[in-house]
Amino acid sequence: MALSGRRTRADMLQRLAPWARSAEAVVLPVLALLTGLLVFALFLLAVGKSPVQFYQLVYLGAFGSGFSWQNTLSRASPLLLAALCVALPARLGLVVIGGEGAIVLGGVAAAGVAMLLGDVSAAIALPLLAIAGAVAGGLWIGAVGAMRHYRGVNETIASLLMAYVAIALMNHLVEGPLRDPASLNKPSTLALDADFRVGLIPEIGVHWGLLVGVIACVLSWVLIERTTWGFAARIAGGNLRAAQVQGLAVGRLVVAFTALGGAFAGLAGMFEVAAVHGSANASLAAGYGYTAILVAFLARHNPLVIIPVAIMLAGFEASSGLIQRRMGLPDATVLVLQGFVFIAILVSETLYGRLRMFNPERWSRP
Amino acid sequence: MNETDLGLWAVPLAILGGAIRVSTPFLFVSLGECLTERAGRINLGLEGTLVFGAMSGYAVSYLSGSAWVGILAGALAGALFGLIHGILCSLPRVNDIAIGIAMMLLGMGLAFFFGKGFIQPVAPGLPSIELGRWSDVPQVRAALKINVLFFIGAGLAFAMWWMFRTTRLGLIIRTVGDSADAARAMGLNVTLARVLATAAGDALAGIGGAYLSLYYPGSWNEGISSGQGLMAVALVIFARWNPLGCFWAALLFGGAGALGPALQSVGINQGYYLFYAAPYVFTLGLLFVTSSPTRVMAGAPGELSITK
Repeated sequence: MALSGRRTRADMLQRLAPWARSAEAVVLPVLALLTGLLVFALFLLAVGKSPVQFYQLVYLGAFGSGFSWQNTLSRASPLLLAALCVALPARLGLVVIGGEGAIVLGGVAAAGVAMLLGDVSAAIALPLLAIAGAVAGGLWIGAVGAMRHYRGVNETIASLLMAYVAIALMNHLVEGPLRDPASLNKPSTLALDADFRVGLIPEIGVHWGLLVGVIACVLSWVLIERTTWGFAARIAGGNLRAAQVQGLAVGRLVVAFTALGGAFAGLAGMFEVAAVHGSANASLAAGYGYTAILVAFLARHNPLVIIPVAIMLAGFEASSGLIQRRMGLPDATVLVLQGFVFIAILVSETLYGRLRMFNPERWSRP
Repeated sequence: MNETDLGLWAVPLAILGGAIRVSTPFLFVSLGECLTERAGRINLGLEGTLVFGAMSGYAVSYLSGSAWVGILAGALAGALFGLIHGILCSLPRVNDIAIGIAMMLLGMGLAFFFGKGFIQPVAPGLPSIELGRWSDVPQVRAALKINVLFFIGAGLAFAMWWMFRTTRLGLIIRTVGDSADAARAMGLNVTLARVLATAAGDALAGIGGAYLSLYYPGSWNEGISSGQGLMAVALVIFARWNPLGCFWAALLFGGAGALGPALQSVGINQGYYLFYAAPYVFTLGLLFVTSSPTRVMAGAPGELSITK
């Protein structure tokens, strides 16, 4: 009796084992997120504000009404695309944080091409604008990958430096060669032809960039998890030497993944120009590229998880205005919140594989 | 004498004066980063420290009426940031580069959060020493009006070089940075040494930040630092982890940063924004030239994650 009882218990544990592993990948990030939010609540208490009111306002401002949902989702669109610029290179073990530069240049390239196009229909123009944005972003971040692989230049530092260069380049172009003389207070490129503007998804009321972002995330997931290219990238990210011994073209992988990530970020810039601002100007450097770093790390570089995480963080940013008005807090409040959550999620890395309940191989041991 | 008499000679003169002004924060941040990296950790959070140091230095200087108390506040804030970075990175499997990025965002967020109320008021600034009294030319006098922190930084560079070379403390830091195993075999506490090196390095970055708001540009606003903290990391690589090298590299970077304003001062406005990109392009170029895909960089601490 006792023997069979032990066997059923062992069977049950064996059946639970794969679940325990998946649970770890869900429970730990959620715990880390909650810890970050809790630390931020303590911060708010320390500065004499009510955390309860804060989180209520976040909910109201981000998801409380149809309008706030629209605001949140239209901010999620660039985050989805720019987060891929962090997540794709991360699969190869690269930390690229300069997506902001690709967004900015993608937007400027799209605006520039729009100025060149004459009387063409939107069906031709919009794909051309998208290609211009993607190519500009892809070349910019692809160059970071190439410098990393062929010259050993640290990609984290290089990509951020290139973001500053990109912003300077945008200022130069927008204030000089591409400037619309009519834009006085805020130098901008010529406003896009009404035909070239990206419209809104019916029923939802958010521009099509959102759908493109979701599709890009799904495709990236397929690329990483279901293709030989993605498999090769995961090997190279896990152990570079082993990948080289296997004869994988690591250099090509690095350039391809960084360029693809940059292309997505450039596409985000194109949508910011063609769907939101209507022309390229300093509003392009709105910090989406930096928030996207946090999105990718929170999603642990899984493109499918990026979708809900991007919507959540976009929600925090969308509620920023309401929080400033109702609680008298500065606009940087959301940045502080992001900082705490970021640190919590990075520190949670130390717990993987160390908690007994998530690791079946430790169950048998006393 | 008036300004036009010097003609184009005003450009190198303005660059010299500008280089000293602009290089001082680079000097402090790069010395701090050098100290941290020599102990085997990389701290990308110094950009956040720079901004937070600028805010806290300015705020405390305004509230206390003394710029030196402001500098002290910047250093203390930096030490606190460094302590957090150092302790978190001591946990197993926590990546120092990623923590640095998070600290950078947090530092900026906190600086903007608490700094809103200090954008308007005027805080007392740091004193400077006029080495150009002998000259009648206003540009020469302006170029040779050198802030006190520059001299302190130069002295610090020399002192740190001497420390690494000859003192027991320097040997401990170098051993911890080159081989954690060897350091443990010697009975050293590797984690403690790294945490303290990060805190001390970050304190120096905090001083660099306070300099930004208290001397040049000399006021607090949200755009006060644009990547200097990050460029300092590249600068340390270029300087081959040598404090004296950091001094010369900081001057060079300062010169690149002073190029735009110097050309503007003589009326060259063409490509104004492109000159603002000069320091970044310059840094990238230096990284490109000094990096290598195959060789381990000369002088690099063995435990450093970016060179492995």
